[in-house]
Amino acid sequence: MTMSRRSMLGAFAVTSIGSSLPHLARAQAGNTIRIGVMNDQSGTYKDNTGPGSVACARQAIEEFGAQGFNVELIAADHQNKPDVGVALARQWYDQGVDMILDIPTSSVGLAVQNVSREKNKVAINVGSATSDLTGAQCSPSAVHWAYDTYQLARTTGGATVAAGGDTWFFITADYAFGHALERDTGDFVKAAGGRILGAVRTPFPGTTDFAAFLTQAQASRAKVIGFANAGSDTINCVKQAAEFGITRRGTKLAALLMFITDVHSIGLETGQGLVCSETFYWDLNATTRAFTRRVLPKMPNLYPNMIHAGCYSATLHYLKTVKDMGVAAAKAAGGVEVVNRMKAMPTMDDAFGAGTIRPDGRKLHASYLLEVKKPSESKGPWDYYKVLGTTPAGEAFRPINQGGCALVRS
Amino acid sequence: MLDAIEAILGVPAPLLFGQLLLGLINGAFYAMLSLGLAVIFGLLNIINFTHGAQFMMGAFAAWMLLAWAGLGYWWALLLSPLIVGFSGIILEKLFISRLYKLDHLYGLLLTLGLGLIIEGVFRNEFGSSGLPYRIPAELSGAWDLGFMFMPIYRGWVVVAALFFCIATWLIIEKTRLGAYLRAATERAELVQAFGINVPRMITLTYGAGVALAAVAGVLAAPIYSVNPQMGSNLIIVVFAVVVIGGMGSILGSIITGFGLGIVEGLTKVYYPEASATVIFVIMAIVLLARPAGLFGRA
Repeated sequence: MTMSRRSMLGAFAVTSIGSSLPHLARAQAGNTIRIGVMNDQSGTYKDNTGPGSVACARQAIEEFGAQGFNVELIAADHQNKPDVGVALARQWYDQGVDMILDIPTSSVGLAVQNVSREKNKVAINVGSATSDLTGAQCSPSAVHWAYDTYQLARTTGGATVAAGGDTWFFITADYAFGHALERDTGDFVKAAGGRILGAVRTPFPGTTDFAAFLTQAQASRAKVIGFANAGSDTINCVKQAAEFGITRRGTKLAALLMFITDVHSIGLETGQGLVCSETFYWDLNATTRAFTRRVLPKMPNLYPNMIHAGCYSATLHYLKTVKDMGVAAAKAAGGVEVVNRMKAMPTMDDAFGAGTIRPDGRKLHASYLLEVKKPSESKGPWDYYKVLGTTPAGEAFRPINQGGCALVRS
Repeated sequence: MLDAIEAILGVPAPLLFGQLLLGLINGAFYAMLSLGLAVIFGLLNIINFTHGAQFMMGAFAAWMLLAWAGLGYWWALLLSPLIVGFSGIILEKLFISRLYKLDHLYGLLLTLGLGLIIEGVFRNEFGSSGLPYRIPAELSGAWDLGFMFMPIYRGWVVVAALFFCIATWLIIEKTRLGAYLRAATERAELVQAFGINVPRMITLTYGAGVALAAVAGVLAAPIYSVNPQMGSNLIIVVFAVVVIGGMGSILGSIITGFGLGIVEGLTKVYYPEASATVIFVIMAIVLLARPAGLFGRA
């Protein structure tokens, strides 16, 4: 096993289009599996994906160990732009990259998945949210790993209503992702017997002050304010809700997409009581703690979130599949065959435990409803979540026949 | 009475009052930032696109003072503008001072580039998701105004911003120093002939403009996420404020800052989707009707 640090640095340096990676061509071709981590290395989603995903993929490669073939890891920044992502994916696949990993930002994730299908190579999406990746736009050579909009909506929406939060007001980022999250969550709220009292669409990007929207939400007298947004929008919403005393007066906040890395930024004092969902939490059980202990030395000042852990889990399962098929056979068979084999093999790792991959490419595992702890309850660094409930793997994700994936009908 | 207002305006009166107040608070930030820009443009003829990054540096300096030196909010309010202002002086000496004889465009490009570099360095160092900064204990809590729940800290922001705006305006319009500054804006070489060190005055003015941005950054730290992109989110809006008020007009930037904050607040009630664009629509209209801005001299 060789991991070329130089090739990684090289890839970082040439994130733009039109560059070549000559060292790849020089490396021995037949016996090397190449994994390309493509994500946001410099923008809004850097902490949620970025170097943490690279570190976790590298951890998986190290733990997989020498199994008779080399594994090479490269990484690059897609700048959250579909055109950059597509150009990079074409270039990587043409130069011998076998699998592209992570690919956050739904627009980029969908675009790169199409390239992988066209080139018959593997794409494992960990970082994107949209459930379209395994729905209308599903692909036979792709897997969607950690989470999706349906699962977030179901876990947070359904469970919050069950806990008594039956009237909702949404603060929604005014673009496709926000609308989808609001719609999906609203459906679950209504299905569970709750009511939607209103919603306000906030301009994206460019909104930093949410006070006006929060007071509108408060005026609706809803028991729950749902944030159908992400990243710094969610962080600002939570901070400003605390400032305006919204939580102290009994209103629950539900962050429909939030990562532990966001909680770290908000701080427990402000974030306490907030409800969200992740499919991985480092302090869930002995094996998640063991995984976290192993990977922390590689992580840049962060604990792994569900995307980071997903990159570890996905890389490990991919490498096991390649070993099972044999490197030469896997390379000759192409992406669709490799993914078929991945679907046929059960997954097992320290981060997510036992799991499976469905025919539509959806990786199945449990989803956790989490509440941010009070400062007094937190006993150590990153001790941030209480687990309120678990949605089992079979129920957490959209039923396979409802996604509209062509692979399922055939 | 309140019912009558509701009937006329189409939204509950408490909601409307609340939004007017919130608009005023946002306006306080616009006013403080556009004031610094106006001071710098007025005297240096530099369109300071680094301003957003310097606003962000002000917030980060507050965070660093707390995390690394244990110095709280009030120290930050004093020290952060001094530190960031000093960094501005170095920037002016090293780079910006070379561009005074060239077209505005060069200054714009240089400061935009510098801003991007600073933002990138901070993102590399501190990540993108931001750092927590708490409201000081003295200003936490809130008043119940009946029509809304008003955090004490937001009230403080309006008071502090008004203080800094009025102080700056008084210094420039009513003091001897301000008279030198205004004279140097008109005829630098003549002022120099009277024995006044104009280059140093220009350097210090830039430092002061940057320090104003840093003050706004410290004021913003407890409200907004302290993150590297916090300045670039705001700076475009602030430039529109400056253009509407009239480039280089001190009073104009203060009044338009507060005024546009209120307009934006009202938009958030009536048509939230447009709240990010309403300022630019006004800018376009003003540019068509009064190209020099509302308070500018043509």
